[in-house]
Amino acid sequence: MSQVLFDIPGPKAARRHRILAVVTAAALVGIVGVVIWKLQSEGELAYAEWEPFFTPAYLELLLEGLLMTLLAGLLAISAAMVVGSLFGVAKLSSHWFIRWPAWLFVEFFRAVPLLMLIIFIWALQGYPLESLTPLVLGLVLYNGSVLAEILRAGINAVPAGQSEAAYALGMRKSQVMRIVLLPQAIKIMLPSIISQCIVALKDTSLGFYILAPGLTFAGRGIWREFKNYLQTGIVLAVIYIVLNLLLYLLGVWLQRRFGGESKVDLVGGIVQSQPGGGAAVPGPY
Amino acid sequence: MDTLIDNYDLLLKGFRETLKLLLASGALAMVVGTLVAVARLSPVPILRAAGATYVTLFRNTPLVVLIILAYYGLPQLGIDFGFFWNISMAMGIYTASFVTEAIRSGVNGIPLGQAEAARSLGMPFGMTMTQVLLPQAFRLVVPPLASVLIALTKNTSLAAGFGIAEATFRLKGLLNDNATDRVAIFVGIAAGYVIIVEVISLGAHLFERKWAVSR
Repeated sequence: MSQVLFDIPGPKAARRHRILAVVTAAALVGIVGVVIWKLQSEGELAYAEWEPFFTPAYLELLLEGLLMTLLAGLLAISAAMVVGSLFGVAKLSSHWFIRWPAWLFVEFFRAVPLLMLIIFIWALQGYPLESLTPLVLGLVLYNGSVLAEILRAGINAVPAGQSEAAYALGMRKSQVMRIVLLPQAIKIMLPSIISQCIVALKDTSLGFYILAPGLTFAGRGIWREFKNYLQTGIVLAVIYIVLNLLLYLLGVWLQRRFGGESKVDLVGGIVQSQPGGGAAVPGPY
Repeated sequence: MDTLIDNYDLLLKGFRETLKLLLASGALAMVVGTLVAVARLSPVPILRAAGATYVTLFRNTPLVVLIILAYYGLPQLGIDFGFFWNISMAMGIYTASFVTEAIRSGVNGIPLGQAEAARSLGMPFGMTMTQVLLPQAFRLVVPPLASVLIALTKNTSLAAGFGIAEATFRLKGLLNDNATDRVAIFVGIAAGYVIIVEVISLGAHLFERKWAVSR
């Protein structure tokens, strides 16, 4: 297959590619080897350092944290959907006194660092311990604003002829939005919504800063007791990666089931399917 | 309002730390991200797979966890460049995965016909690259790269819990000491971030205008 950056290799290029492949493989094996050697020589692979992850009591602690993380993520994203739809539609309103406040709200909460927002809400509430509220509220405000923007873009991406035809049939503004525009916009927005869900799930880890219960906070309990920061960090990372990949797979399935042609891209934004053989590098995505 | 005015030197110091973090981790992210993007776009399958693995690993790990690994974990292995650099490293490595994806999607946005036309005109590889592909790629890559940098600006706030006195760390302190003035403190520091974000997006906009072509 011909691609943007390179042509189908001839015999010379193919040989060069084979050599490069061997060199790369050797380098990768070398890197993995050095990492393992370093871990081994510093005694980080010793069972004592990994013990909590084979002990039921600590696994339970992690599982509880995981459940809290999932709960916070679920609460945040479902409330953010509501906030996002409200403000997304408000941004498209034909009345300036609805459009402008919605614009201000969305722009402000999109631009402010989420952690700052969470700490502010935490302070307003008088620094409660082990409370999910500031985290969830912060996530809702931030993700709601992002989703509002996604919704607005999605609705604007529906061809103008659709709403014109609906008005010509005598539909009201609310009917046009509800019956004609939203159902089509949701298909367009699906990839962005899914990648935003992944972002929200990752951001639940910010609860760590305000001592809210969650996976990272549970890890803190372990590393404070065992002083095995590296090992706990690796275990946390693996759990988050698996979680996000599962969410991604769910997204791919949803996309195939309900979506149109555009494909899911984790970075966010919509990757349009490229008609006429656009160059997409085949990869594991 | 008074709190902001009385503590303006603390705030300026805080934002200087924020900018230092942004610069250090942004530069690292650009270099590493470009290298990984080259790997992901290369004709060698193993290199492509390695690039994809990098992106999957680092994009799906929360930045907090990466910072914890760099701040507490790496010194455990004797890898310690001082906490500022270890944290910048975590942020850079994390952001690099987003830079890679921005570059990749930019390059893939070039219509395939461009390269094919250049080759069929007999242009050699170097000329195809420098005359046809890279100029278009730069243009397509600027807007997504700007949003990656904006996200990084906001992410620098995560250093607040790890001994770096940047803007969000100052926010935490001021909120604690001045309970009556909390909203003003919050809005004031938020405005600082908004200014940085606006400068980045303005810069990106200027670049885009400069390189714009009529199609």
